[in-house]
Amino acid sequence: MNTAAGSPVPKMTARNVNVFYGQKQAIKDVSIDVSREHVTAFIGPSGCGKSTFLRCLNRMNDTVDGARVEGRIELDGQDIYASVMDVVQLRARVGMVFQKPNPFPKSIYENVAYGPRLHGLARSRADMDEIVESALRRAGLWDEVKDRLGESGTAMSGGQQQRLCIARAIAVDPEVILMDEPCSALDPIATARIEELIDELRGRYAIVIVTHNMQQAARVSQKTAFFHLGTLVEYDDTSAIFTNPKATRTKDYITGRYG
Amino acid sequence: MAENAAHTVKSFDEDIAQLRAVITRMGGLCETQIADAVDALVARNVEAAARVVEQDKRMDALETEAEALALRIIALRAPLADDLREVVAAMKIAGVMERIGDYAKNIAKRTPVVAQSQPIGPAVIVPEMARAVIEIIRDTLDAFVDRDAEKALAILQRDQQVDEYYNSLFRALLTFMMENPNTITPSTHLLFVAKNLERIGDHATSVAEMVHFTATGQRPAERPKTDSTSSVYTPH
Repeated sequence: MNTAAGSPVPKMTARNVNVFYGQKQAIKDVSIDVSREHVTAFIGPSGCGKSTFLRCLNRMNDTVDGARVEGRIELDGQDIYASVMDVVQLRARVGMVFQKPNPFPKSIYENVAYGPRLHGLARSRADMDEIVESALRRAGLWDEVKDRLGESGTAMSGGQQQRLCIARAIAVDPEVILMDEPCSALDPIATARIEELIDELRGRYAIVIVTHNMQQAARVSQKTAFFHLGTLVEYDDTSAIFTNPKATRTKDYITGRYG
Repeated sequence: MAENAAHTVKSFDEDIAQLRAVITRMGGLCETQIADAVDALVARNVEAAARVVEQDKRMDALETEAEALALRIIALRAPLADDLREVVAAMKIAGVMERIGDYAKNIAKRTPVVAQSQPIGPAVIVPEMARAVIEIIRDTLDAFVDRDAEKALAILQRDQQVDEYYNSLFRALLTFMMENPNTITPSTHLLFVAKNLERIGDHATSVAEMVHFTATGQRPAERPKTDSTSSVYTPH
């Protein structure tokens, strides 16, 4: 299986990864590099394994009964499935944003402060204020919420909630952010805001996004991986995937001929 | 060429088929317009030439139709990969075909002047040159409809033939004018006619390049240019 040639130093590398749910194999021999310089999009039809694979990258599959991961996944050359790996620490370094915004039923401030407090990142109240403000600013939410930090996070609009979740992920200063269909529950304007945000965050974090929206993958990513039936069919520059894909399966999928 | 599977949304295929049909009609009209314009010129038939000028309006209408269809497909279907390349190419090809139509119309417009002058010998090359150009257009459109990169590539070589016709006509007319200055008016018009045909050949070849790009996603290598008339001079 090819990995993209000529990529910058990878932030994460996966080699020959197989994932099983009980007897069923969900991922078959996937090898891929993810770099900090690019936003990487995972696309493919439902059930192709893209979300399953995304969840391997911060061991979210550990929580699924009967799930088994084979192969090697490294973060900066460190095996993330090694017994010495602290999973809580790993998930701080590799943050995740889900499909449905899931803020804690707490204040906006507490939503963002929760992670840094858990990881002991702030020495004082002033420290924490700064972390919260900086995370909300980077998530493009500060101006909208600075006067109501005490209000509940669940009382915001869907788009704001999703940006709050991104702020929450950013607050612990991660190296990688995984996004699983972050815009599928949002209206077009909120979606555009998130896409703009992803563009601003690019370069600072390695970002991997799973999306069903082909145009979104084309807009926000520089690298695109097409998954089908648990295999990685094609991984290339996004512009190549969407204008001149090499594999017939990729072409059929992105041009709406699949199935 | 491998046949593409149908789109899940069938009306998408219908839209593409409709766009292709408009482009094919434009190509057919190009062929007729060039043939009719040159026939009228050779036969000194002013009425036939006027009909060619009139018919050019159909070409403009078809270009507008192709453009509207392509815009609708882009807006509603968000085409990607080879679909995207085809829609963009179709829009560009429609523009080029319309331009080819203008050249044919320009040939027709020169007929009344040429018809008033005495016939000149080198004019016999014009119908041959027109035939070569029309064949290029016909084959290019076949390649477009079949998304056939090989056929498109083969066409690129044939523009040289048209250039050679033009070179020889250019030299012949220069000599002719030097010998008989009273033929300068019809000769100059014939020279423009030949230049129009030469430009049509270039445009048709660029369409073949677009067809190649649509089929493969790759631009063909630079083709040789053999129109050398820009460096011809006459001794004083």
